[in-house]
Amino acid sequence: MAPVAAPDRITPGVEDVVADAKLHAGMGSGEHSMVLNMGPQHPSTHGVLRLVIELDGEIVVALAPDIGYLHTGIEKTCEAKFYQQVVPLTDRIDYLSPMTNNLAYCLAVEKLLDLEIPERAQLIRVLLNEITRIQSHLVWLGTHAMDIGALTMFLYCWREREATLRIFEAVSGQRMMTSYFRIGGLALEPPMGFYESIQTFLDSMPAHIDQYENLLTGNPIWMGRLKGVGTLSAADAIALGVTGPPLRASGVDWDLRRDMPYSGYERFKFDVPVSNVGDVWARYTVRMLEMRESVKICLQAMGMLKGMTGPIVADAPKIVLPNREKMKTEMEALIHHFKIVTEGFGVPAGEVYQAVESPRGEMGYYVVSDGTAKPYRVHMRNPSFATLQALETMCKGRLIADVVAVIGSIDIVLGEIDR
Amino acid sequence: MYDPASAINGKTDVFSAMAENPAVVALTELAADAKFDRNELTITVARENIVAACEAVKAAGYNFFEDVTAVDWYPQEPRFQLSYHIVSHSLKQRVRLRVLLDSSDASIPSITSAWPSANFYEREVFDLFGIDFPGHPRLTRIMMPENWQGHPLRKDYPVEGYR
Repeated sequence: MAPVAAPDRITPGVEDVVADAKLHAGMGSGEHSMVLNMGPQHPSTHGVLRLVIELDGEIVVALAPDIGYLHTGIEKTCEAKFYQQVVPLTDRIDYLSPMTNNLAYCLAVEKLLDLEIPERAQLIRVLLNEITRIQSHLVWLGTHAMDIGALTMFLYCWREREATLRIFEAVSGQRMMTSYFRIGGLALEPPMGFYESIQTFLDSMPAHIDQYENLLTGNPIWMGRLKGVGTLSAADAIALGVTGPPLRASGVDWDLRRDMPYSGYERFKFDVPVSNVGDVWARYTVRMLEMRESVKICLQAMGMLKGMTGPIVADAPKIVLPNREKMKTEMEALIHHFKIVTEGFGVPAGEVYQAVESPRGEMGYYVVSDGTAKPYRVHMRNPSFATLQALETMCKGRLIADVVAVIGSIDIVLGEIDR
Repeated sequence: MYDPASAINGKTDVFSAMAENPAVVALTELAADAKFDRNELTITVARENIVAACEAVKAAGYNFFEDVTAVDWYPQEPRFQLSYHIVSHSLKQRVRLRVLLDSSDASIPSITSAWPSANFYEREVFDLFGIDFPGHPRLTRIMMPENWQGHPLRKDYPVEGYR
């Protein structure tokens, strides 16, 4: 049974799927399809995603994602805040990669201001971003494996994730909503024992990844559920706006860290894993290799940071808050502090788009300034939002059980889809 | 700090300074205005030319559509600005296409024929700004409930909503 109404590559709406089912029933051939509602709280939909699926037996005929359940109007809220007050809001967009959100927003505003960020701050930003990537991929692996039925994986992944969250807590005081980056640099000097705890984590990580691969990669059930499922061609991936690991798993060699470097990524040597197969298995292998590459980047950053001293914030007293010591001894610093907190700081008028490679793909911040202390418009280009458009193409004509595997493999976060 | 003098403004200046740029070459005819600011190229095109402009940059190697969003310049006219971000995987460059719309006729042809990925983005702009996209296959609200009144990201819509 083929969908009657839907044009190619365009994700249908809920009412289209229902209308399509009615069309099938009304064709007089005795063919009947069923419309199934999945979510918005189904455990394998990774948040409040609602799918309306038209089924012919167990085969998916048409599929419509219904989103917006988590829409909190973050873009509107940003317009009412000072530039520096937007940073904590960005954590809450993609709550599995807070540091990446902080980075993208800070880089965008720094581009508007044309601020020079000290090398040490840039390296710490890269280091924490790669730990965020490992952390996010661990959540993906644990939940994806759990969806498929490999429940043990979840606990192993959470064990290592705990180590990363402890690092985040030590550095920012928060496990998930870190808000550690600031416009112009970092919020605080990294605490004592920071590098040691990261080194311990990085030393153990390759062995842990081997352990995950031992449990999954050769497992016949895992292979049977993943191989050949949810195939997406390179042309479809580009046409549907897919970015990040799903794009690279479809054979497009594109990584913003390497191809349009930001925050000093051009100094690091790493490989970009690519696969030509484009199925759920390819996305699994690409992400596993990415975790290993992230460990490599972290180790390089640690090497560069070794013995490095210097400021962690830019030399811009009218934009960066002074430290407490200075505030207590210098009149100027106190005045700047008072003015930044009460009036914010003006940002020269203009518009910028800054994209970074988040664990899920291209995360872009479009910030428009009208010269005042509050952003005129902040728009987030989130990877999950675009990747969700490819879900129908990947699932059409496949079994309903594969829908769960495909959702896991595209690793969507509903917080950033709905914003 | 940012120096406003570093920006290049106006079609003639930008197009002569960046004569080699593939997007500039592709849009010589269609561009109405241009700007090169903070290392970002912005080319303004007329509303009726947007699909042609997208096809032209696509042919010039800008293969990946990233994003379209709007900015509300209320109470100025033209009120709405649409920003299309398109990146080229081979050139490793980005171009921004800009379209200005009057509030009296806030509609612009859909570019889903050029890039199907514009589907959700245009639905989002329709939902939150109330801009119409004729030619879009299924233009319905995406974030807000279907029976919602108003368009939240417009500047005349209060942050707390209507009471």
